Amino acid sequence: MDKGEKINIPTRDTSEPIFSHGQGGRREIVQPGNTDFITGDKVPRPPKQGGGKGDGKASNSGEGEDDFVFQLSREEFLEFFFEDLELPDLVKTQLATISEYKYVRAGYTTSGVPTNINIIRSMKGAMARRIALRTPYTRRLKELEAERDTLLLTHDADHPKIVEINEEIKHLRTKANAVPFIDTFDLRYNNRIKEPTPTTRAVMFCLMDVSGSMNEERKDIAKRFFILLYLFLTRTYKNIDVVFIRHHTTAKEVDEEEFFYSRETGGTVVSSALELMHEIIQQRYPTSDWNIYTAQASDGDNWEGDSPTCKELLVQQIMPCLQYFAYVEITAYEHQSLWREYEKVREAFPNFAMQDIAGLTSIYPVFRELFNKQTA
Amino acid sequence: MKSSSTTSRLRKPISESSEWTTDLINKYDQEIARVAADFGLDTYPNQIEIISSEQMMDAYSSVGMPLGYHHWSFGKQFLNVERRYKRGHMGLAYEIVINSNPCIAYLMEENTMTMQALVIAHASYGHNSFFKGNYLFRTWTNADAIIDYLVFAKNYIAGCEKRYGVSEVESILDSCHALMNYGVDRYKRPPQLSNEEESLKQKEREEYLQSQINDLWRTIPVVEKQESNTEEQRFPAEPQENLLYFIEKNAPLMEPWQREIVRIIRKVAQYFYPQRQTQVMNEGWATFWHYTILNKLYEEGLITDGFMIEFLQSHTNVVAQPPYNSPYYSGINPYTLGFAMMSDIRRICENPTDEDKEWFPEIAGSDWQKTLDFAMRNFKDESFIAQFLSPKLIRDLKLFSVLDDDSHNTLEITAIHDDTGYRKIRRALVEHYNLSTREPNIEIYNVNLRGDRSLTLRHTLHDRKPLGESTDEVLRHLARLWGFTVRMETVHADGKTELTHECKVKR
Repeated sequence: MDKGEKINIPTRDTSEPIFSHGQGGRREIVQPGNTDFITGDKVPRPPKQGGGKGDGKASNSGEGEDDFVFQLSREEFLEFFFEDLELPDLVKTQLATISEYKYVRAGYTTSGVPTNINIIRSMKGAMARRIALRTPYTRRLKELEAERDTLLLTHDADHPKIVEINEEIKHLRTKANAVPFIDTFDLRYNNRIKEPTPTTRAVMFCLMDVSGSMNEERKDIAKRFFILLYLFLTRTYKNIDVVFIRHHTTAKEVDEEEFFYSRETGGTVVSSALELMHEIIQQRYPTSDWNIYTAQASDGDNWEGDSPTCKELLVQQIMPCLQYFAYVEITAYEHQSLWREYEKVREAFPNFAMQDIAGLTSIYPVFRELFNKQTA
Repeated sequence: MKSSSTTSRLRKPISESSEWTTDLINKYDQEIARVAADFGLDTYPNQIEIISSEQMMDAYSSVGMPLGYHHWSFGKQFLNVERRYKRGHMGLAYEIVINSNPCIAYLMEENTMTMQALVIAHASYGHNSFFKGNYLFRTWTNADAIIDYLVFAKNYIAGCEKRYGVSEVESILDSCHALMNYGVDRYKRPPQLSNEEESLKQKEREEYLQSQINDLWRTIPVVEKQESNTEEQRFPAEPQENLLYFIEKNAPLMEPWQREIVRIIRKVAQYFYPQRQTQVMNEGWATFWHYTILNKLYEEGLITDGFMIEFLQSHTNVVAQPPYNSPYYSGINPYTLGFAMMSDIRRICENPTDEDKEWFPEIAGSDWQKTLDFAMRNFKDESFIAQFLSPKLIRDLKLFSVLDDDSHNTLEITAIHDDTGYRKIRRALVEHYNLSTREPNIEIYNVNLRGDRSLTLRHTLHDRKPLGESTDEVLRHLARLWGFTVRMETVHADGKTELTHECKVKR
């Protein structure tokens, strides 16, 4: 196809070509807003980049079109970036680990602790009760007052009947006032109930070989791979713990800075890192609460006798706890014992994946390969 | 009918606040309708819809078609509009109005009451009456059937996408869009678009067309003598300017459904053809009427001073014409030119000067409503300007004409607003709106029937203006539709032809 034979296919892009006039030729343009030109004036041609100014024809036929640019939000970008990829084995864990609860508001109750008293509700209740309980007294009061007023028109204030009425009014007032302002009966409490929430916590283990054979370039590749995985996980999980473990002959949990930049070298015993990871899982990340992902990067150069130990560790102890284990071998050469042992693990566990990365450009393809949607 | 009763009853303003309600819109619509009818505007019934800005951008991007078929270019347009709108680079369209019966106008819900009333007057009475009255629209579009046809087109294309795949359909649409401007009949009246027959007939047409094509390429053994006779004969016998029509009828390898899609694009292009030719008139007419109608309402006391100030402000923005040396200048504003010309015609009718009497003896002092109506009905941009652009307007706008000839080193000012310049300027301005000089003149010249079936186009040079850079790309689109090699020859003024572009297709 690209062997010199010309095949003409329209380009598939966002341009919309049409037949149009190009530059040149003879054209007469009418412009508005003459200031000081008179017929016959010769004007130097305005420079080309001056927009449509001298060249009214182009801008005349419509609005000039901007370059076609649009913005993607970070989410949209990641959406495209990780399109068709999925985290394997996710559903099972989500269903299995509903062990977290959160409190949500759910109306009001009549009992509770003082801190939860809802004042507005309580006062409304109290007012309603007060009105209700006072009504018989106030009704009677009004009747008596009306009666007294009519009597006062014809009699003196010390008429026995009036005095009697005044007595009763006083009595009723005391009774009405005795209705308590607020009663325990009125109190309302904000109600909260527990709702189970599916756990969305995940921890990601980054395991990297920092033995002498891992040079800067390989570390860089490993780092990029880890970042990719991290971004990918953030799409599913809100909070992700990241644990960095580096190892040569011994393994050590380190922070991000040290993980990527510190210079420490030595031989290679991969199992040391796996052991440490297992310990950390047991101590801090119970499998019932956490989704656990592991990414391991190495140049595959392990001490010969250690590789079977690694396999044993993985098969016996680690893999059952994990959601996914991704192993990338950063090497352009022949695979060594570690790869061969890991191949056995892959056979036993479908959620174990391994790929090799030859250079920077193959990181993304490899990543896609690892997380490609399994079509059943 | 009830106009007399409403006039006498309502003397206080229809509304005071800038918030609109459906009731208020109805009231304004009634009043505007009454005034418009008094002025003798003849319109289709109106259908007014209120939509959000998001929907407005959406409608915008499908070139104002409410039921556009799917194509990515509309999405591209949408993103562009959205971006510019969000950055505040453009106020969104005040309105979108569709040439259909009933005439559908979209108002944006964010607008104030004033703007809604302005838009109703502008779109539902201004544009509407133009659609109904102007001869181009009467000849070329069929307002009754367009919505039906669009529904048919949308469904048909969606159906093709399902059957033949989205990318197949998309590539055909891409190619058709590239040639859309060359998919119109300029002189022949197309048959009326019929709504239901359309889909009924479509199958029939498919089969018929296919048989036609086969006939064209049939290799009948012919007598030697006959062959020498036909040697010189070209196909088509006359050059064809409707490229898409020619493709639809004659492309040898096209599937029937592809022909139907070409046909749909052709119909849509044809539907928009009058709008492209009447931009100045159409906008000028609508602007003139919203201005006149709302002023009338103000005189009657139906709208408040505040309303009027807001209206005048946005009206002034619409008809602003930056001078040629302003950074905001982007050609002549069709709203300004159209509005100024419409107002000027009214002025010439009502208060003609001696100059007007000399230039426009037949309209000076005539009934302005009749004259304007006549102008609206019987012209398109180029003839309208040729007929009605007055010296006074040329002076007001300070128009001048510049000659840009690539054989000279400098630009030359050929005319300004003086006695010797008026006619020159008018003639030059007419050329701006003459579609046949604005677009390259390209025709289908010949098909090599006996050889490689290659298609030859001819571009006739006008004022030595060459073809633009995208020509090769368009030819590729054409070659995809045609299926065989496509060539472009350029015809020079002295009659010499030269092969300028070629797009080879190997079979």
